[in-house]
Amino acid sequence: MGSNKNININLKIWRQKDAKSKGQIETYKLDNVSTASSFLEMLDQLNEQLINERKEPVAFDHDCREGICGMCSLYINGQAHGPASKVTTCQLHMRSFKDGDTIYVEPWRSKAFPVIKDLIVDRSAFDRIQQAGGFVSVNTSGRTIDANATPVPKHDADRSFEAAACIGCGACVASCKNGSAMLFVGAKVSQYALLPQGKVEATQRVLNMVRQMDEEGFGNCTNTGACEVECPKGISLENIARMNREYLFASVK
Amino acid sequence: MAKSAFLKSSIAKKYWMALTGLFLCLFLTGHLLGNLQLLSTSKDAALHFNQYALFMTTNPAVKILSYLTYISIIFHAIDGIVLTVQNRKARPVRYVMNKPGKNTIWASRNMAVLGTIILVFIVTHMVSFWARMHFDKAMPLQTISINAGGMPQEFYVTTDGGYIPKMQVDQGQIKIENRTEFYDAGANVKIKEGYKDLYKITVAFFKQPQYGLLYTILYVISMVVLGFHLYHGFGSAFQSLGANNPKYNGLIKTFGYAFAIIVPLLFAVIPVYIHFFIK
Ligand code: HEM
Ligand code: SF4
Ligand code: FES
Repeated sequence: MGSNKNININLKIWRQKDAKSKGQIETYKLDNVSTASSFLEMLDQLNEQLINERKEPVAFDHDCREGICGMCSLYINGQAHGPASKVTTCQLHMRSFKDGDTIYVEPWRSKAFPVIKDLIVDRSAFDRIQQAGGFVSVNTSGRTIDANATPVPKHDADRSFEAAACIGCGACVASCKNGSAMLFVGAKVSQYALLPQGKVEATQRVLNMVRQMDEEGFGNCTNTGACEVECPKGISLENIARMNREYLFASVK
Repeated sequence: MAKSAFLKSSIAKKYWMALTGLFLCLFLTGHLLGNLQLLSTSKDAALHFNQYALFMTTNPAVKILSYLTYISIIFHAIDGIVLTVQNRKARPVRYVMNKPGKNTIWASRNMAVLGTIILVFIVTHMVSFWARMHFDKAMPLQTISINAGGMPQEFYVTTDGGYIPKMQVDQGQIKIENRTEFYDAGANVKIKEGYKDLYKITVAFFKQPQYGLLYTILYVISMVVLGFHLYHGFGSAFQSLGANNPKYNGLIKTFGYAFAIIVPLLFAVIPVYIHFFIK
């Protein structure tokens, strides 16, 4: 623990009472933040301070706090999940910051992700895209097929697994200048399209998921590649290309 | 359902963007090869260029290609603007603090601005050259100076490889009709056809005493803008069409970067050469 030290920071945080109110940036001073604490622990510390001052604590999303659920979000100092690469905000540590730093904390900004309160946005648009086709229809009523009965080429299995690593956090949308959800949808389409079990519904899946994506108001990908850089799970742009390919074949079918 | 989505959906718009963009890259290549003749130092450079210009404005196959080019530019520009407007709407509230330079290259974030500048360039460029070639009544015809017995004499060059003394036109024995046709004034019949002197127009454009340098500089700037547009655009088009394969990605990227640098550079060399080096 020798390398731990405490730092004092200035926070500029987006505060918004509810979905309808107009929000604004508020400034807070927070002293004695351990560099060993995670970004969310730092926010907990801020909230304790606010509660002690009889002020409204900052609302932010979180759940697992171990980088697997995708619940934490936050646009920190101009980058989704902050300055570190391939991490979620719960896995971002205060050692990424220096004493005296000013840190901006904003919610994901997307028409499809409306702010509910402070830093919390409504990401149910992702759920609706998923419901539009992000599944395989398998009959599980007592006739379960052995997992290894259908051979899958190793290469495809690996690509599918990598795509399935997407935790639906929405950092791709947040960091894309177009607010495009194509990395997320590309990952969800790919994860199934690569497997024999998923091929059956592949045509309808890609058409339906893309239609839902467009209806939700996400922007159009211009291949800037911001999503791939900011994705905590390293989802590759290859998945967007695969979705584009799938969509092309599905459309001409 | 699937068919209608093929025009309206986000991904379909991207296919059209990519297809028209790549077709325009082909067009650029062809256009460049034609323009490079302007660098020729042969004494027949002007004639060869004008013959080429005539071919490019009359050959039926080239006509089809040029209509495809017009359509592509219009479609690409409209689609690009529609996409850009939609994309801005997808983020109604901007970030107070944003560092896009951390995860994207500048060109990729400014395709619409770059494209709009290119569009302005294309329009002015067409007014300067294309419109004159197609509509200008006062378009000069190709002439050549031949030494006849120690005295240099001007001749019009005709498409059958012949010559018509300029004197005869000046004196009214032969008249010029429909911009390029030589008529026997007495019999009022068409005898020969001349070449529009696009070479002369082009050289004069970049050598104008007052604005020649400015036009040369603006042309070079436009090519830099085109270079940035292609630097992101070329590789991006393949990704849009779903052509992303770890085996070929490096090749596509490298080729795209090379294309984005070499093609605009060669285009830009031409007016610079004309302005500073052609007598
Ligand atoms: C010779 C002229 C041009 C060439 C060769 C060209 C080429 C390209 C290419 C290859 C792309 C990438 C397509 C993709 O990502 O799928 C592109 C994108 C784009 N172009 Fe052009 N372009 C030209 C002119 C224009 C003009 C006149 C505009 C007018 C507004 C324009 C606006 C755009 C925009 C906004 C994009 C980004 C769209 C997106 O990625 O969704 N371009 N261009
Ligand atoms: S693709 Fe990456 S950034 Fe986007 S939702 Fe999935 S895990 Fe998050
Ligand atoms: S809280 Fe679960 S990934 Fe951050």
